[in-house]
Amino acid sequence: MVALDGLSLFGSASGDLSPGSDRTLVDGSRVAVIGAGPAGSMFSYFLLNMAGTIALDIDVDLFEPRLFSHCGPAGCNHCGGVVSESLVQRLATEGIALPDSVVQRGLESYTLHMDVGDVEIATPMHERRIAAIYRGNGPRESEPLKSQSFDGFLQQLASKKGANLVHRLVTGVRSDADRMRVDCADGFSDVYDLVVLASGVNSRLEKDIEESGAQFRRPNRIKTFICEFKLGQDVIRETLGASMHVFLLDIPRLEFAALIPKGDYVTLALLGDDVNEELMDRFFSAPEVRNCFSGGRIPKHVCHCYPRMNSGGAKPPFADRMVMIGDCGTTRLFKDGIGAAYRAAKAAARTAVFHGVSAADFEKHYLPMCQKVEVDNRYGRVLFGVASLVQRARFARRGVLHMTVSEQGKSERPKRMSDVLWDLFSGSAPYREVFLRTLRPAYIADLLRHLVAGNIGSSRIDGNPAAGKEGERYDTH
Amino acid sequence: MSSLGKHYEDGEVIVHQGENGNCMYVIQEGTVDVIASADGRELHLRSLGANDFFGEMALFEGETRTATIRSNGPSQILTIDKKSLLGGIHEDPSLAFRILQTMSYRIRDLTERLARCEEET
Repeated sequence: MVALDGLSLFGSASGDLSPGSDRTLVDGSRVAVIGAGPAGSMFSYFLLNMAGTIALDIDVDLFEPRLFSHCGPAGCNHCGGVVSESLVQRLATEGIALPDSVVQRGLESYTLHMDVGDVEIATPMHERRIAAIYRGNGPRESEPLKSQSFDGFLQQLASKKGANLVHRLVTGVRSDADRMRVDCADGFSDVYDLVVLASGVNSRLEKDIEESGAQFRRPNRIKTFICEFKLGQDVIRETLGASMHVFLLDIPRLEFAALIPKGDYVTLALLGDDVNEELMDRFFSAPEVRNCFSGGRIPKHVCHCYPRMNSGGAKPPFADRMVMIGDCGTTRLFKDGIGAAYRAAKAAARTAVFHGVSAADFEKHYLPMCQKVEVDNRYGRVLFGVASLVQRARFARRGVLHMTVSEQGKSERPKRMSDVLWDLFSGSAPYREVFLRTLRPAYIADLLRHLVAGNIGSSRIDGNPAAGKEGERYDTH
Repeated sequence: MSSLGKHYEDGEVIVHQGENGNCMYVIQEGTVDVIASADGRELHLRSLGANDFFGEMALFEGETRTATIRSNGPSQILTIDKKSLLGGIHEDPSLAFRILQTMSYRIRDLTERLARCEEET
């Protein structure tokens, strides 16, 4: 149940903003964070960290009914599970090193699979800076011996900073005088000075807010498919290595697909328009996919889900004494959702500690970050639109492959296409930056040259030991 | 050894004093020694361990590396790109807070050591 005091709570929608100065966190203020995924735990961590720097003593209750120590759906937040290169660096700079128990595999390259051939794109620094992780404690029936959930790790960080973990299911948020009341399924009910909604995109709470009549629109969502294959470390080392395998295949409604190696398992993340059995059958029948598995046989998956993904932010993602972060607020299109959760968590925590918790405060200090992400997502839509065209045009696929293979083969050659693909697949750079790079004359000239070279007969790449494997598989017909 | 970053063997030099720097480093696992060379002599300034960072001065000053960093035993080191770090600080200045804090500790430590040297001489 959600009952908020009328539309004026959603300041930006009503235009009736309350002054920010009277709604600030003071010593003894209480904050409820609903959801201990990356956004909720990182918000709690940074809020308490920032409050500590100005000797502000606040209480944080972090609500999460799930135990991330459980394997399978009971402890999982249903996600592909990749921490991007840029986020690994940001977290390390913050002093948050991801331990081995959390990193299922450090990835050092992306391998692009198309019907015209494959190419491996090495990380720009030739270093393992992408982390394949589990949001829960591994797939159904896995052995939770050495591994640790990424979400559980962040939850522990928040707890060590002083957040109180509350294992309760929140069923309602409502206004109570000038504070917010949180109601739980077991009858627990308490008031807080700030409520932070970090309950993901599938949350019932946001649906309730939307249906309560407030001028609020929850995020747009698309359905994805995620499954886990148990292959074993040795087989993974031989077949997939420390590379994330992405597919640009000419299959209707398929946006993007990736195989992410992790410990004994491989995660498949599949995005598309209305993902269904037919789409999956076509995907699993593709030789480019089958060739990634030993003997060309797709094993039976041990765990699967159809989680929804945020494809357009909540509007507005705040109210008086309430802010929405992570997937239930604004996130990046298709990529680096955990990185977007980190940015939102910090921006919301900064606003709450240093400015205030009114709708006006969040509009002034938190909304710009959300708007920046939304604007960047527009560039992302253009880029993914172009990628869809490439998926459907064989001559374009051959040009892209030819250019990437030739760049990967010569270390001194500018890696224009490789960098564009790397940043597009990994989400390491803002989409705007990637888009502007594709407008540079040198990039366009190179692409035109390779479109020609890639579509005439003698297109094999010479002097490229690293791409020898790709060279063999490069299709010139 | 940690799954992330780059592996260095015992005694391997990660950063050379005097070279230009375009990245910072964070130790994922292991220990490194910070060594300054002057007049042909090597001076061990300090040792750094997991989660410590080095190489930040060259990024902010645009000058050359002021010390050599050598792996003491096997270590795993994560590189932080200049563009990623400085771009991140422009976007979110609080990202520099921990760096400032650590640099402040190091200045305090050097000041105390300098004072002790003055007393001894």
